[in-house]
Amino acid sequence: METLAMHISNGIINGPVAAVFAAFALAVLAFCVLRARADLDDRLAPMAGLVAAFIFAVQMLNFPILTAGVSGHLLGGALAALLVGPWVGALCVAVVLVVQALVFGDGGVAMLGLNITNMAVLGTAAAYLLIAVLLRVLPRTRAGLGVTAFVSALVSVVVASQGFVVEYALGGTTDLGGNLTGLAGTMAFVHLLIGIGEGLITATTVLTVAKVRPDLVYALRALKSATPPAPSVPVAGGAR
Amino acid sequence: MGAGHAHVLHQERDTPVHRLPPEVKVVAMVVFTLAVVATPREAFWAFGGYALLVAAVATLARVGARWLLVRTTIELPFVLFAFVLPFLGAGERVEWAGLSLSVDGLYGGWNILAKGTLGVLASLLLAATTTSRDLILGLDRLRCPQVLTQIASFMLRYLEVLVGEARRMRVARLSRGDDPRFLWQLRGFAAGVGALFLRAFERGERVYLAMLSRGYAGRMPAVWSGTGTADAGQWAVAAVVPVLAVGIAAAALVLT
Repeated sequence: METLAMHISNGIINGPVAAVFAAFALAVLAFCVLRARADLDDRLAPMAGLVAAFIFAVQMLNFPILTAGVSGHLLGGALAALLVGPWVGALCVAVVLVVQALVFGDGGVAMLGLNITNMAVLGTAAAYLLIAVLLRVLPRTRAGLGVTAFVSALVSVVVASQGFVVEYALGGTTDLGGNLTGLAGTMAFVHLLIGIGEGLITATTVLTVAKVRPDLVYALRALKSATPPAPSVPVAGGAR
Repeated sequence: MGAGHAHVLHQERDTPVHRLPPEVKVVAMVVFTLAVVATPREAFWAFGGYALLVAAVATLARVGARWLLVRTTIELPFVLFAFVLPFLGAGERVEWAGLSLSVDGLYGGWNILAKGTLGVLASLLLAATTTSRDLILGLDRLRCPQVLTQIASFMLRYLEVLVGEARRMRVARLSRGDDPRFLWQLRGFAAGVGALFLRAFERGERVYLAMLSRGYAGRMPAVWSGTGTADAGQWAVAAVVPVLAVGIAAAALVLT
């Protein structure tokens, strides 16, 4: 019966915990900025903008789930990781969150660190790790790519929602006592459903792009350049 | 969907608040929000003070109260969460109208309601008085890395491309005999989402190449910026509200 959108608004998590996560998010984003400079070429710049715009639009779609006013929305972390890579992808999601917080009041400004940690950092990192593994394991067919997109999107949404549970356990302003496990369960369940929607949208979008313009899919590019020489592609780095 | 949101929220006026350079307003808004969040939740009077500050700025910027209130509904999910907390919270309980409510939960609910609403109001005021273009300019002047401002400016530009492309595809579907109503529209949208992305990208790529060939190098030309960089006077004027807010927060911290 929780009624949480993914964007944490002001006053839900206490100040010190928010500050710690803000510092963490800032450090990760700074690292992403350094890595993204190398990635952002003439082809990726408009793509990054469009991915950000797409995520922005898609986050406006709120899924009503069950009957009790529970709603959540898509995150887009997996889509970003697939199309523009983990570094630029995390930045895209972060930019969306910053603009939403500054201009629309969606997610409190003081809670930006938490929201960025959940959606931009955790969501994208989980998605990219899975993508890196699945693309190597699964057959290199359309079905393989589709499954990769679907699974990574699904998992990234659930991981991001559990990020909120951890933060609430650390610094929730109201002690829920034993209800915390309930919160974790509800969040996981609700976001599993959202994840299915997210997975379908991510898979259809990526498959269409891969069919017509495979050069635009970052994950496929990284894989190709990685096969002949030593894999210097940032694969494990997605965790940071 | 996000149809021209950036323009929907902006209110074209000519007031002292509108004329302030964007970077000043962004800093003021962030400091104000941080002060609100740092305030202990037991200090009820402090939140009244913040509300007065918001009302003063809104009056100065000639942003209507109704406009603000309608748009605060964005935080509705959290308001619901705030109302659930008194029932879920642990610890000491009070009886009220036959209901057993958690004291901690009541404070928690109030905390979310007050801080959330004030935060939303502050960002709505920023949005109402600053165009999205100026906002990015402000972030750029605040030494935000260029990669980020670049992504942000493309995002806002392509939002229009995306919405326009979606509208075109919808018209195309309609003119071929599709009859989308409410939920059924979603099916058509889901089927076309990949195509929409691709079409928007190819349009966006052309926009980008056109910009490059006209000398774009990661930053918009200076003539675009309506206002110059903020001078000391403007910083001082804009500092009034956040300084008052920090004062209230400090007083509340000392007193409680």
